[in-house]
Amino acid sequence: MKVVLQNLTKIFPSRNKKSGEEVVAVNDFTFEIPDGKLVGLLGPSGCGKSTTLYMISGLQKPTAGKIFFGDEDVTDLSPVNRGIGLVFQNYALYPHMTVKQNILFPLQNLKGEDKMTKEQMLERAHQAAQLVQIDELMDRKPSELSGGQQQRVAIARALVKMPRVLLLDEPLSNLDARLRLQTREEIRRIQKETGITTVFVTHDQEEAMSISDLIVVMKLGVVQQVGKPQDIYDNPTNLFVAKFLGTPPINVFKGKVSAEKLYIGEQAVLDVKGVEDCDVTVAIRPEGFMLDENGPFSCKLSNVEVMGRDVSVVSTHEESLNPIIRSIINADNKIDLTAQEIRYSLKPHKVFLFDAKTENRIYFE
Amino acid sequence: MMDEKTTNGELTEENTPMEIPEKESTDTTVKENTLKAAETLKDAKTDETACVAKKKFNWHFDSWKGWIYLSPAIVLLLIFTIWPIINTVRISLLEGYNGMDAIGGMEFEFGIDNFSTVLQADIFLTCLKNTMLLCVLTVPISTILALLIAVCLNAIKPLQRFLQTVFFLPYVTNSIAIGMVFAAMFNIVGRPDQEHLVETWGLINSALSIFGVDPINWINAGSEYSANIAVIVIYTVWNALPFKILILLGALQSINKQYYEAAQIDSTPRWRVFTRITVPLLSPMLAYVIITGFIGGFKEYSNIVGIFGDTMGPVGDAGRLNTMVGYIYEIIPDGYYGEASAAALILFAIIFVVTMINLYVSKKKTHY
Repeated sequence: MKVVLQNLTKIFPSRNKKSGEEVVAVNDFTFEIPDGKLVGLLGPSGCGKSTTLYMISGLQKPTAGKIFFGDEDVTDLSPVNRGIGLVFQNYALYPHMTVKQNILFPLQNLKGEDKMTKEQMLERAHQAAQLVQIDELMDRKPSELSGGQQQRVAIARALVKMPRVLLLDEPLSNLDARLRLQTREEIRRIQKETGITTVFVTHDQEEAMSISDLIVVMKLGVVQQVGKPQDIYDNPTNLFVAKFLGTPPINVFKGKVSAEKLYIGEQAVLDVKGVEDCDVTVAIRPEGFMLDENGPFSCKLSNVEVMGRDVSVVSTHEESLNPIIRSIINADNKIDLTAQEIRYSLKPHKVFLFDAKTENRIYFE
Repeated sequence: MMDEKTTNGELTEENTPMEIPEKESTDTTVKENTLKAAETLKDAKTDETACVAKKKFNWHFDSWKGWIYLSPAIVLLLIFTIWPIINTVRISLLEGYNGMDAIGGMEFEFGIDNFSTVLQADIFLTCLKNTMLLCVLTVPISTILALLIAVCLNAIKPLQRFLQTVFFLPYVTNSIAIGMVFAAMFNIVGRPDQEHLVETWGLINSALSIFGVDPINWINAGSEYSANIAVIVIYTVWNALPFKILILLGALQSINKQYYEAAQIDSTPRWRVFTRITVPLLSPMLAYVIITGFIGGFKEYSNIVGIFGDTMGPVGDAGRLNTMVGYIYEIIPDGYYGEASAAALILFAIIFVVTMINLYVSKKKTHY
């Protein structure tokens, strides 16, 4: 089931009536989620990603715009009639019911034609439990489960009524690092197996990149960029997106373009054809640095962190907008730690130029 | 803050070895351990620097100070709570104990005579029956009503604060005074057989007459027992509601909204949300309200005095509506201290057993 969001806008009235300030949580969001895909809404807190999710679920009404499931306009439908499954951030499992009762609960609400016999319900609950691999925990209470297990129960409860769309609100935020890795692959697997169109919300770019088919990057209620994870990483449309994606974070410098050459400080570090002279913000991915004794870009070396396969070189530069510059270099390279200076040449496709004022991308050849 | 914490922590450490010998002095191993502990303490004292020694002095000083701070409360509790309880047990076991005779230097034998006398007294059994009946009627009615009102109050937004206050008002009123108001409302001037006198009925009868109901003699001379009980139940429920509504409303507001959102997405019908989510999640507080309701119910006294006066019954039927607490109060001025004490202990035993049953059931039914 594809989901279409059309000029979706949500404005929250101000709480304080005197100040009269409205909060625009989501601003003119238009996007089509293709059928059967896993889409990640990504952004810092307060960017409107959860609001978007809740509007798709129907728990919140959009101020303007429309939502379609397939060709059906569901904008005015209550959550009940939309056929969605929602997994809450803290799971919202009913604490007084066993896992089985929790999973059965949505089925017991079905009425009319959908009404099921007890055997059918148990069968479906069992299937859902098997899908998320919790069938041996059916008689426990949520308080007797680990965070990861609770998460699975919540997913099973959302899936058991075979929703048209599955929505996950920060599905991994309550899990520890190891479980997070495991669970995100689990979510991916479950989504692949069921083929349900899935939307999830996260503020963790790594999480979004690793499992999404498509990522929507949002900031202050406005969509910044939509695309496949790798495309967004390789081709950010503005400085915010470039900064938000990638670990270690991208290195940002003040720079200027003069005579089709990119200057950082006094150093001409890269040829940038087709760019007019202007002040720019330069962003360079950590893997965009190559050790080169005669390289054009010189930084003050601080220290080297060993990571096994690679080393992470920490250095500083006057024009850097971050306190440190971090580059990832293959560990085969020998680095002289006693040297004051380290010289790099740059991989052009890992260097992004942004207008210093608008922060929009400036493309070069 | 840090200092306080550390001193408190050390304080308890210090106190434990000192208290153990008092409690379990027969246990030799414990004794040995305490001796060892004392030794190590001594060693520590001599070994460590003056600074630490000073700190140790502080513990003693603090624990001494602590007892001083606690002493007003402890002394008052000992005199007015602990000793009376002990004395009640003692007196209840002294056969035929009577205040005047005791002052006269008379000695009493130990025995359970008081208990058997009380349990065989018709008046006591009437009181027991009345108390039980009122408990069984008022606790469920007031709890269910309070639950419904709390849920409704929680569901509305405008006027919630205002209505909350309105529902809470009975709690801050005097039950005797309001009881007299209720008595006036249920009053009937003149009796049905003296029709020439029935000019002004009480408010309730006047209201009922609109619906064509004949005036009922609720509380006056010659009234039915069931009518009396009905009035007391109505008044007691009205009086008990505010506290219960307050507790349940608070509990309702602390339930995570996401459970309701989850239920909404699963298209749960309202009634099912109430029975399968709200009530189970409220169950710990419901248990609390029911238990305290029963305890309060067994101590029922002032509501009846408020309506019927201290004769504990309508005119001509004094004592018909007496309760256990009323019975105890009634026989004390006549000097039956032994029997009053025995009755008090019987009341205590009943409350204890009922509370235990309540706790047992609630443990099985509540989810925590």
